[in-house]
Amino acid sequence: MTEWRPPIALVGAWLALLALLALTVALAYLPLGAGNGVVALTIGTIKAGLVAAIFMELRHRGGLTLIFAGAGLFWLGILLWLGSMDFLTRT
Amino acid sequence: MPESSAVAPQYASIPHRDHTAELGMWVFIATEVLLFGGLILAYLVYRHAFPQGFAAGSRHTEIVIGTANTAVLLTSSFLVAWAVEIFSPATSKIVTWLLVGAACLGLVFIALKALEYSGEYDEHLVPGINFQFAGPKANGVQLFFIFYFIATAIHALHMLIGIGLLITLAIICRRASTKRHHTALHSAALYWHFVDVVWIFLFALIYLPGRSTS
Amino acid sequence: MSEKNYLTTDFTLRSWFLTTDHKRIAILYFASLIFFFFVGGAAATAIRIELATPQADLVSSDVYNRLFTMHGIIMVWFFLIPSIPNTLGNFIVPLMIGARDLAFPRLNLMSWYVFMLGGCVTLFAILAGGIDTGWTFYTPFSTLYSNSYVIVAAAGVFIAGFSSILTGLNFIVTIHRLRAPGLTWYRLPLFLWSLYATSVILVLATPVLAITLLLMATERFFGVGIFDPRIGGDPLLFQHLFWFYSHPAVYIMILPGMGVINELVSCFSRKEVFGYKFVAWCSLAIAAVGFLVWGHHMFVSGQSLVASLVFSFMSFIVAVPSAIKVFNWTATLHKGSIHFDAPMLYALAFIGLFTIGGLTGLFLACLAYDVHATDTYFVVAHFHYIMVGGMVTAYFGGLHYWWPKITGRLYSEYWARTAAVLIFFGFNLTFFPQIILGAEGMPRRYHVYPPEFQVWNVLSSGGAAILAVAYLMPLFYLGYSAFFGKRAPANPWDAPGLEWQTSSPPPEFNFETQPVVTREPYQYNERFEAEPQNA
Repeated sequence: MTEWRPPIALVGAWLALLALLALTVALAYLPLGAGNGVVALTIGTIKAGLVAAIFMELRHRGGLTLIFAGAGLFWLGILLWLGSMDFLTRT
Repeated sequence: MPESSAVAPQYASIPHRDHTAELGMWVFIATEVLLFGGLILAYLVYRHAFPQGFAAGSRHTEIVIGTANTAVLLTSSFLVAWAVEIFSPATSKIVTWLLVGAACLGLVFIALKALEYSGEYDEHLVPGINFQFAGPKANGVQLFFIFYFIATAIHALHMLIGIGLLITLAIICRRASTKRHHTALHSAALYWHFVDVVWIFLFALIYLPGRSTS
Repeated sequence: MSEKNYLTTDFTLRSWFLTTDHKRIAILYFASLIFFFFVGGAAATAIRIELATPQADLVSSDVYNRLFTMHGIIMVWFFLIPSIPNTLGNFIVPLMIGARDLAFPRLNLMSWYVFMLGGCVTLFAILAGGIDTGWTFYTPFSTLYSNSYVIVAAAGVFIAGFSSILTGLNFIVTIHRLRAPGLTWYRLPLFLWSLYATSVILVLATPVLAITLLLMATERFFGVGIFDPRIGGDPLLFQHLFWFYSHPAVYIMILPGMGVINELVSCFSRKEVFGYKFVAWCSLAIAAVGFLVWGHHMFVSGQSLVASLVFSFMSFIVAVPSAIKVFNWTATLHKGSIHFDAPMLYALAFIGLFTIGGLTGLFLACLAYDVHATDTYFVVAHFHYIMVGGMVTAYFGGLHYWWPKITGRLYSEYWARTAAVLIFFGFNLTFFPQIILGAEGMPRRYHVYPPEFQVWNVLSSGGAAILAVAYLMPLFYLGYSAFFGKRAPANPWDAPGLEWQTSSPPPEFNFETQPVVTREPYQYNERFEAEPQNA
């Protein structure tokens, strides 16, 4: 009867995601100034990392899959970095 | 080679085909990252230009619905991951129910989203249709809501496609589940989790800013 | 030779339009692209006729705007971007890696249907009345002022973009996963390296174009101000998003051409490509650094000086790998046993024209000079040297080189060489005067100009007439050879690549037995010494 039960890692990831959700909502109401945005995106990144590593099974995958998964993020970084550079350095 | 008749001629074996399919899915996800990336750049640029307006706009979104929807989507993703993990012909019944459950949670998400849209329509917050907002923050709030509607609408479109995929797979699993469908399920699951990840970031960008000030 | 090949397995229309055979899909693309090439060419012809005189005697300014927009949109998205990847690439990639098909054959067919849908929507926009924004769809003109079919045309381009993405995805996965045993990365023909780099751009840049066009269309349709400065938007954001795609797209429009040139130069010098690893990695370097330079399209737009300086610097950097390739091609020629067959004539023309295009590019990367040259014919000449002198020439070269493999027939060498020479002279006569016109300050996108520019414009229009004839010629002699040409042997060029190891045309699944690779690529010398009689 054990074959249908979810692996413990999945359950753990699910509960951790819900806990992080509660945490990020609670922290959003603390007056941290610019820190609020940083906190929200940091927790969001951790949540996304959990989904990618455990739900999407990246932790079991080899280098090639990791490169493919990372390439999109790397190019997203280029877009955001050079794209916002103009707006951040306007005089 | 009796095995080769089961796979298309360009593949050497079943594992070869399956790994290739997974790689293709990851390339597709990279594409999707950049699709939403363009929107995120627009968001960041305008949030930088109108910090007050974006905070005010964010306070007008329904954080209760947003948080509930995040929980719904995370749970749905969990069910799909569970289904992928235990998939085998022996468990096809449970897998079917897990997929139906995940698809239903997806529909709950869409229903809540529709509720939220109608609320924003009543508050005259839909740019291009009935947007009205008094005061000096109007421009920033309007830009915020343009981003909000475009991003959530594209995300909802992805959700609808994903729900269709999950229901199709549930039907296939119910009828005749073979090892071959594990690849299809795995690919659909990757897509569903990716849609989940997009929402995690949209949630942080849309609902959370400006909550600690007024 | 009585074995059935991919052309003779089935003759029904159904077997063509529902095929998943990469070779047949390549033919479908090829036929579609010929059509779009002549649609775009017709617009170019009208433009050059109008510009033969300083006055407006053929078209009004409004029609002229629609002509150059149509020329740009059709040529960029419906000819150049799919040209080499979707025809030659589609046909040759599985053959070169010893595979029986691409990784996802049905996706490949779907990409053609998506492409045709996008093409039909765009053609509808043109027939309904055209678009006058230029191919760049710049806001706020496209969203607020243009009174033309902007949304329909943008929808056509948007749809065609998905075809690009599907093709790129297919190539990347295929090159990773379906290589024959023994075919390591450093044994891949350089054409594949360049197509791989191209595919990376297709997959990572095209979605940004999709979202950009979607934002633009939303602004126009709903009347909201995403890029409208009156309500806080920033038109420069549109330009950043647009060029994040469209500058790398320039490399989509040249990298495959460079890939073809490697094959041609090596084959007709009977030597391996000089500095194989450098050339291979330069393809990837161009793809990567090509993403960091888009701001050089915006030097006079009002972006910040810091951004301009960074983008200018990056633009100089990206010239380095391109220059390395040119040096390596010339080094390959050095002491080679050079054969002036038609494909080689195209390859040599490419090297010369691409070099001029690249050098004028350096002028434009230079911030101070670009301020002077922006929106003049200098820019027009520069990118035509790259895209027409480079990519189209490479496309024709590759087409001639692989024509015996694709059709199983040999074309007339005499006519092929004549066309190659005519293209080279016609092209230079068309576009070199435009470099001078641009340096003297003639702006682009006007249908009238001061009389002192007429001499150069007449030369340019005369060159365009020669070019038009030269581009029409292959239609006849290649078309004739496809039906009546001499039968081609499996390996007419005596080349070592895997695609030449199977019959011409290849059987439905390319190879009777799975080929195994034991040698480095481009071993022309070794081949002659080791196995001279082996056919």
